[in-house]
Amino acid sequence: MTRDVAVLGAGMHPWGKWGRPFVEYGTAAARAALTDADVEWRDVGSIVGADTVRGGYPGYVAGATFAKALGRQGARVASVYAACASGAQAIAAARAQILAGLAEVVLVVGADAAPKGFFRPAGGERPDDPDWLRFRLLGATNPAYFGLYARRRMAVHGDTPEDFALVKVKNAAMGALNPYARYRKRVTAEEVSASAVVADPLRLLDICATSDGGAALVLSSIDFAQRHGVPRPVRIRAVSTVTPRFPNTVLDLPDIATDSAVAVAAAGETFRASITRAAYEEAGIGPEDLSLAEVYDLSTALELQWYEDLGLCGAGEGAKLLREGVTAPGGRIPVNASGGLASFGEAVPAQAIAQVCELTWQLRGAAGDRQVAGARVGISANQGLFGHGSSVVAVR
Amino acid sequence: MSRTRTPAVAGWFSGDGNGFRLLGTRCSSCATVFFPREDDHCRNPYCAGGSLEEMPLSRRGRIWSYTDSRYRPPSPYVSNPELPWEPYALIAVELPDERIVVLGQAAPGVTVADLTVGMEVEVVPGVLHEDAETTWTTWHWRPTGVGE
Ligand SMILES: [Zn+2]
Repeated sequence: MTRDVAVLGAGMHPWGKWGRPFVEYGTAAARAALTDADVEWRDVGSIVGADTVRGGYPGYVAGATFAKALGRQGARVASVYAACASGAQAIAAARAQILAGLAEVVLVVGADAAPKGFFRPAGGERPDDPDWLRFRLLGATNPAYFGLYARRRMAVHGDTPEDFALVKVKNAAMGALNPYARYRKRVTAEEVSASAVVADPLRLLDICATSDGGAALVLSSIDFAQRHGVPRPVRIRAVSTVTPRFPNTVLDLPDIATDSAVAVAAAGETFRASITRAAYEEAGIGPEDLSLAEVYDLSTALELQWYEDLGLCGAGEGAKLLREGVTAPGGRIPVNASGGLASFGEAVPAQAIAQVCELTWQLRGAAGDRQVAGARVGISANQGLFGHGSSVVAVR
Repeated sequence: MSRTRTPAVAGWFSGDGNGFRLLGTRCSSCATVFFPREDDHCRNPYCAGGSLEEMPLSRRGRIWSYTDSRYRPPSPYVSNPELPWEPYALIAVELPDERIVVLGQAAPGVTVADLTVGMEVEVVPGVLHEDAETTWTTWHWRPTGVGE
């Protein structure tokens, strides 16, 4: 018995600052994915929405919102909130329904209209929320945490700001080829180093922006895909949504402190590494099998961290891998062929879905100028605030 | 007119001068330390759960990493938009006895240029912000051997 599900359709709304309601982006992405799948919305058995948090309210109940916009037809509905991992958890929920036989075709949608500037927590006095507390007590924005991670890499592994800039140069060059990306201009290392420092040692061009955007997938059982005339669909083989394990000894956004390792020794791998390991184990593959990876480059330095957490190289060797061109187009394992968040910006509920859209197009050989030659196996990886893992393995 | 000094968050620190300490809790069963304090139930999944007792954290530790904030953070951080933005450093500090890393603002005047990973710092009382009636107090990290 196969545990795969088929990706019948993928669709996106271009990223940018469009200033329109998120429902519009999600609905446009959903319609594009349905067209791509050649499936009528009224024939979809279930819709799963990744929740949009505007002003801090995950109360728009995204699945139901998109169902209404598309025209309610009685489908099963679910809504998922897991911060940056929301999209992956929406995919996980859809996949579980398909594998359990509860639905044959499921539409997964995520979209956001992001606020300008720093992400911030919901209003009011909410001292029971660690996200609220880190802002109130420390003014610790997301870029501040990225700065901490970057500085740590410099101290421990000898990474340099020039290494970080090269990530941006690589990703911007790929984003320039992607019609869905917000930023479609190549960037030079000089431009990165001339941009303003945001959180030492990171500069404006080291850090991803916030954006509007939407992404959607039509998933189905393999049987349905074959009956539907798609004998060799792109398949999702694994979805990792693991939590960290106690004690988490790497300071994680949005926490003010780590767990103490005084009673229980920390595991030999970090949370991020455990996310991808769980995906590899479920898929029965290893890093050597990958054709490409889409990772959360919230900052340039963080992309280097992901190389290590994906097992593409040993600890501290991320910058070396980058310099050798291994993760560039034409390299052994191109990373962020889509252009990554460096080119897209963050549209939180859509991001993890957008990663799988890119994997789908790449595995179909339909990624145009940014196509990774002969792509067979792709992985996406990210981490959602509050301890949400997210990694998807797709194969062809 | 003097303002009332009130902790910006209740129960996370106490004391003055050299007696100032961050306050965590410790599980009576497995000895895990929690900061911010955990008063409900021990979060060690291998522990059946003991009582959680307040405990002052070590005063000194070593810098795990640091950064700063060159742009004004959004609310709920409190700052006066009428005044020019003064960046402050943020320091993540490893406390060796508790085997925990705690983030905090650097003491006023300490910039990223003064810091290195591994440097020893100590916790000192600080002011987060002031309004008409209240001085809201917090903790700061300051390199040891720097003037009192
Ligand atoms: Zn315990």
